[in-house]
Amino acid sequence: MASLIDTLPEARRVVAHRPRSRAVVSEGTWRAVGARIANGELTLAGLWGDTGAVHMAVFDAAGGIDVLTCACPNKSFPSLAAIHLPAIRLERTIRDLYGLEPVGLPDPRLWFDHGRWGVSHPLGAKDRPSVPAPYQFLPTEGEHLHQIPVGPVHAGIIEPGHFRFTANGETVVRLEERLGYVHKGIESLMAGATLETAARLAARTSGDSTVAYGLAFAQAVEAALEVEVPPRAVFLRALMAELERLANHLGDIGAICNDASFSILFAQCGILRERTLRTATACFGHRLMMDRVVPGGAAVDLAADGPAHLRTLLGEIRGKFPELVELYDNTASLQDRTVTTGILKPDLARQYGAGGYVGRASGRGFDARKQPGYAPYDQLAFDVPVLQEGDVNARVWVRIREVEQSLALIDQVLGRLPQGPIQVAIKTVSEAREGLGLVEGFRGDVLAWVRIEGGRVARCHLRDPSWFHWPLLEAVVEGNIVADFPLCNKSFNCSYSGHDL
Amino acid sequence: MRRILLESLKSPLTEAPPAAGDAALAELAAKLDRAAKRRLGRSLSIREVDAGSCNGCELEIHALNNAFYDLERFGLRFVASPRHADVLLVTGPVTKNMREALERTWRATPDPKWVVAVGNCARDGGIFAGSYAVTGGVSQVVPVDLHIPGCPPSPAQLLTGLLALLEQVDAKPAAS
Repeated sequence: MASLIDTLPEARRVVAHRPRSRAVVSEGTWRAVGARIANGELTLAGLWGDTGAVHMAVFDAAGGIDVLTCACPNKSFPSLAAIHLPAIRLERTIRDLYGLEPVGLPDPRLWFDHGRWGVSHPLGAKDRPSVPAPYQFLPTEGEHLHQIPVGPVHAGIIEPGHFRFTANGETVVRLEERLGYVHKGIESLMAGATLETAARLAARTSGDSTVAYGLAFAQAVEAALEVEVPPRAVFLRALMAELERLANHLGDIGAICNDASFSILFAQCGILRERTLRTATACFGHRLMMDRVVPGGAAVDLAADGPAHLRTLLGEIRGKFPELVELYDNTASLQDRTVTTGILKPDLARQYGAGGYVGRASGRGFDARKQPGYAPYDQLAFDVPVLQEGDVNARVWVRIREVEQSLALIDQVLGRLPQGPIQVAIKTVSEAREGLGLVEGFRGDVLAWVRIEGGRVARCHLRDPSWFHWPLLEAVVEGNIVADFPLCNKSFNCSYSGHDL
Repeated sequence: MRRILLESLKSPLTEAPPAAGDAALAELAAKLDRAAKRRLGRSLSIREVDAGSCNGCELEIHALNNAFYDLERFGLRFVASPRHADVLLVTGPVTKNMREALERTWRATPDPKWVVAVGNCARDGGIFAGSYAVTGGVSQVVPVDLHIPGCPPSPAQLLTGLLALLEQVDAKPAAS
């Protein structure tokens, strides 16, 4: 099948971009592709700034990703958000960081720039000082409305962000998020970093997805530099990725129930999560397996007694988890809170290209392990659970099914783990190279794009799945009661740090 | 449900408490006084503040509440408001966008109060140091009494540090 770029008449290919192409296109073609995204023919995978240019990653119908570039000689580019709303925050970010103006952007407010950095456009011209200014929330009008401001410091042990609820009595009529509080400037730190440092930064973009980020970054580097990863490392990475998915899903299932004050499932799932993290320590020497995936392979091998630890873990979860699921399913007071709460309509999930359990609970069956797919998942058997209901309950059930799939995947990896080296050296290439990686983290697809010059990272962009989840959370909360927001929120479990970078 | 509940009561999973870290104790020695001990007894309320972490530290702080670490048995508990807190547990390199929120949280915490910085980036910005968007550590913004290193620190390391804090509050205090 021809790639998107093959079908664009005047696209100028950039040679050293892998696995598929990047092409510089005119503003007209940029708009035309935008229109095809807006009408649902293509799906937006990412949109980010660069020095004097913007890049757009686009999924075609088969899940392949092409990258298009629009040069910005006048420091502006045609807004995709003008015709495709999911791009709004991405374009606000490009403007904040690079000072490139999306012409026609429907929301002119700053996003990451809270006026605290001392400088505007830190990755661009740094052309004026930044000044704190009050943030204008969207107006809400009507009788008997009141506002509830929440955050950035929240009541629980969670990441910071601001939620502005407008409610009519108990019913939320609008939620507006303000994010950017944990913006650390990761992309600026990436520029000029060695591959080793950049990998460590990628692994700290969102701590709960450290394996997924490490892997996405490694995939991008390996694509760029045409590195062949040893088979054993390929399987070890999948093992770590599935352990990470398992730990997070177990934690989330319990935490969602806890937000309905059903603490017994929280406690029991917490035990299984802790067992998983302890097994990760026994196998790879770190509870979250941070820095264990590196460009070129894996940093550590599976401990000699690792397979035994893993089999014990699988046995324990398989013994305990079904009765916990049964308890979840048979507790009417809990079901009352999760069923029909926070419904995400399939059309919205498709429009936003929602990945992970958010998309799969609303009919969008995308899973990067299948499409475009990467090793070793092409050699492993697993199902991608898809539901249509789109409520909190469906997002719980997708996680439950994925726990079962991850257990089966770990079994398969153990059964066919090849022997051999776990890492190859990364050779320095003199010319500039670019690569793209896409990994299915527990939350959804993590995209990494990198340009390498002289053995160092010149530019790296990391796109968390939460970029497309956060706006949908605003949509699903509407019409629910305030007390159900924690359930909706936890069932999405968006990353603040992954989004804020 | 009753069966799951009863089964969980049969054999507790709770870990034996670790000894409070000597280094942590020494760091604290000068900072806590008798008045604090009288006021607090053997109980501390903790308000956690994420000031720009990657969320790794939060995951491990969460784990302190699970059946294995069971933080509340030590009289340590997490509270929802800084106004109820004795201790601020702060993670992250303190982003510039979180600086004011951290300062306001600290000011909202009644005296006597302690600040525990958690994680490598909370000490000096760690891997994020030097960015235009971070201040470079908790002590750049509020006074820090104890630092628990790690990326992220394990629940056992967190527990060791917090117990050191508790013992110091409870033990013979430094001259005031």
